[in-house]
Amino acid sequence: MTDTPIRVLLAKIGLDGHDRGVKIVARALRDAGMEVVYTGLHRTAAEVVATAIQEDVDVIGVSLLSGAHMTLFPQIIELMKEQGVFDRHILMGGGVMPDEDVETLKELGVQAILGQDTPPDAIVECVRALVLARQRTV
Amino acid sequence: MSAAAWTELLERARGGHVPSISRLISGLESRQPGTSEVLTDVYAAGGRAHVIGITGSPGAGKSCLVNALLGELRGRGMRVAVIAVDPSSSLTGGAILGDRIRMQDHALDQGVFVRSMATRGRLGGVSRATVDAVAVLDAAGWDTVIVETIGVGQDELEIVRIAHTTAIVSVPGLGDDIQAIKAGLLEVGDIHVVNKADRPGADRTAAELTGMLMLSDLRASGWTLPVLLTVALDGTGLPEFADALAGHLAWLRSSGELVRRERVAAAASIRAIAKELLIERIQDPAVGSRFDELVEAVAARRTDPTSAARILVDGVARPSDLNPEKTL
Ligand SMILES: Nc1nc2c(ncn2[C@@H]2O[C@H](COP(=O)(O)OP(=O)(O)OP(=O)(O)O)[C@@H](O)[C@H]2O)c(=O)[nH]1
Ligand SMILES: [Mg+2]
Repeated sequence: MTDTPIRVLLAKIGLDGHDRGVKIVARALRDAGMEVVYTGLHRTAAEVVATAIQEDVDVIGVSLLSGAHMTLFPQIIELMKEQGVFDRHILMGGGVMPDEDVETLKELGVQAILGQDTPPDAIVECVRALVLARQRTV
Repeated sequence: MSAAAWTELLERARGGHVPSISRLISGLESRQPGTSEVLTDVYAAGGRAHVIGITGSPGAGKSCLVNALLGELRGRGMRVAVIAVDPSSSLTGGAILGDRIRMQDHALDQGVFVRSMATRGRLGGVSRATVDAVAVLDAAGWDTVIVETIGVGQDELEIVRIAHTTAIVSVPGLGDDIQAIKAGLLEVGDIHVVNKADRPGADRTAAELTGMLMLSDLRASGWTLPVLLTVALDGTGLPEFADALAGHLAWLRSSGELVRRERVAAAASIRAIAKELLIERIQDPAVGSRFDELVEAVAARRTDPTSAARILVDGVARPSDLNPEKTL
C-alpha cells in the first residue's frame, strides 16, 4: 500500500560514543513521516542485521566514524546474504571515508554513503528516493 | 504477492523462519493484497501463547522491565516475543520507536523476537495490526508474547483486553501515576508492579495501591492481585514477577476464567477492527461525493448531523453481510 510509512533502522556501530548526529537524523526522518527504529550506540554488525530482520525495515542506515567501515560494511552484507535478506533491506552508510572506499562499498552493495555534514533534509530525500526506486513488492 | 505466496510464507513462519514471521507481520499491518486470505489460517494455527500486556505511564520503565523479564523467562526456557507499541505523530505520521533500545541485551538471542510498531493514527487502542501481529507470533510458536503499550487514556485500555495477563507498571511517588491508575487502569490490571523500587517511597506507593485494590472486582473473582516491587535495571524482583505471571496463567486455566477472557478478547478485537474498517470505508474516495452532499445538507440545515451520519454508516456497512445464514 502506498500510504505505508517508510521504516528505517538507524544503527551506530563501533566505539565512538556520540549519537547526537544520529538523533538529529532520526527526528528529521520522523518529521518526514517515517518510522525510525533507533538501536543506540556500540552495536555489532550481527546485531544490526538481526534487528533489521525483526523490524522488517525498508532501510538500514549505519553510521560509523571509527574508520572500520571497510570491515564492518562487508560483514553486514555477508550476514544479510547469509540470511537471505540482502534484497529486502536497502543499506546506507554515513560517516567520513575516502572516495575510493565509497566506490568499493557501493560496488559491494551499500546503496548510498552520505558524508558527515550531509544536511538532514538531504538524508530524508535520499532515503525516499532509494525506497521509491526499489518499489518493493512485499 | 498472491494469496498462495502468503500461505507459503505462513508455513515458513510456523517453521520458525524469522524473516518470514517479520514479513507476515508487515504484510498484514499494511494490508498487502492477498493477506486477508491468510489471516484465517494464522488464527487457526494459534491459541497456545501466553499473551501478556505491559502498560503504565510514559517513562515508568516498561521497556527496561520487559528487558529484565526476557532474561528471567529465557532462563526458564521460554521463547519470548515482544511487540512494543509507540504513538505515531498525529501531525506527520512518523514515529521514533525507542523501546527496543532498552532491550538490547537480547539482540542476538534466537529465543527472543522484538518488533516495534507505531500506532499509525489508528483509532482505538487495540489496533488491527497489533492483534494480527500477536496472532502471527502465536501461530509461529512463541511461548509468550508480550505487548508493551503506553497506558494513558481510554483507548489504550482496550489493548489489555487482548492480553491474558495485564501488568500495570507504576513508580514510587504520589500524583500522576496513582491518578492514572484511578482513571481506569486499576480495574484491568492482574498484576501491579511498582518499578524503580530503588527510589524512595516505593513501599508507600505499594501500600497505597494495595489499599485501592481491596475494592477491586478482580479480587472478588478469586485472584489475589499481587503488588510487586521491582528494579528493572538490576533485576530485583524479577523472579517474583515471572512467578506472578505464570501463577496468573495457571489460575486462568484452573478457574475457567481463561475461556471467558478469550471471549472478551474476541469481542474487543472484533469491535475495534470493525470500527477501523468502518472509518476506512467512510474515508474511501468513492464515498466522497455522497459525503459532500451530506455536508451541504447539514450546513443548509435540510437535515441534522445524526441523520446524515446514519445514512453514511448504513451506506458503507452493507448490512446484508450480517446475514445469519452466512457460515463462519
Ligand atoms: N532508578 C531506576 N530507573 C529505572 C528503572 N527502570 C527503568 N529506569 C529508567 O527509566 C527510564 C525510562 O525507562 P523505559 O524502560 O524506557 O521506560 P518506558 O516506560 O518503557 O518508557 P516509554 O516507552 O517511553 O513510555 C530510563 O532512563 C531507565 O533507565 C529502575 O528500576 N530504577
Ligand atoms: Mg518503552
